[in-house]
Amino acid sequence: MAINRDFVGREYRAAQPYDVTRGKIREFAGAIQDSNALYTDIEAAKAAGYPDVIAPPTFPIILGMDAAAQAAVDPELGLDFSRVVHGQQTFRYSRPLRAGDVVDTVTRIAEIKTLGATEMVTLESEISTVEGEHVVTSVNMLVVRGEAAQDQK
Amino acid sequence: MAATIRYTDVEVGTELPEQVYPVRRLDLVRYAGASGDFNPIHWNERVAKSVGLPNVIAHGMFTMAEAGRLVTDWVGDPGALVEYGVKFSAPVVVPDDDEGAEISVSGVVKEKRDDNQVVVALTARSGGAKVLVRANAVVRLA
Repeated sequence: MAINRDFVGREYRAAQPYDVTRGKIREFAGAIQDSNALYTDIEAAKAAGYPDVIAPPTFPIILGMDAAAQAAVDPELGLDFSRVVHGQQTFRYSRPLRAGDVVDTVTRIAEIKTLGATEMVTLESEISTVEGEHVVTSVNMLVVRGEAAQDQK
Repeated sequence: MAATIRYTDVEVGTELPEQVYPVRRLDLVRYAGASGDFNPIHWNERVAKSVGLPNVIAHGMFTMAEAGRLVTDWVGDPGALVEYGVKFSAPVVVPDDDEGAEISVSGVVKEKRDDNQVVVALTARSGGAKVLVRANAVVRLA
């Protein structure tokens, strides 16, 4: 089944706001082995002008992936997640995410296109505080292998 | 802290020295837990091979994080990033041994923009392959 083109422009809102915590930031920074003090040391973060520790630049993928999973389980879209690989990723930051942020994520299917046997789905997630301040936009291009080829059989 | 590199001290062509980041199976398991991406191709050799991969591969986002460190370590403040984007061109294959794989990252300033911003073009290689292409970080310097 090809991916449903009617879904371009469709929006998915995260079921509930996400709480960015010091503990989760420390865990993520540890997992990427990045020892920058601004991720773990509140005093260092304050000295740098932040109200609390900040999250690494790729941390917002947690929210972007969650949104992708939400779209993936929409049966009408027809996205087979077992065929998906991550093709491209871009983040555009207004500021870094930081501990204490409570954020909403709204994800829009920005583009669906076909290249040979491959389909590409671009998801654009706007991550903003519940107060409405934009923090970061995550643009996640998923490559779905073989879908179009199957359809042509 | 803010950025410690001054815009006026940087030219187009300024190089960020190459760094080598190790990646072992344990790192992928930790990253899976921290990121919530439990796709088995990142920890299960049987599943990875069944979908045509040579072995377990690193999360693209793990590689993107390591490449980004070259820039954030250079400027000091990760909050100085304005935009960061990559295209994943080849997988980082991680064997099941104590050494694992290596990701080598280098960078060069390819453009100076207004508002103290520069564009750093990143190159990331592993096992002889270029694992990221079109990898650019826009960063605001002091």
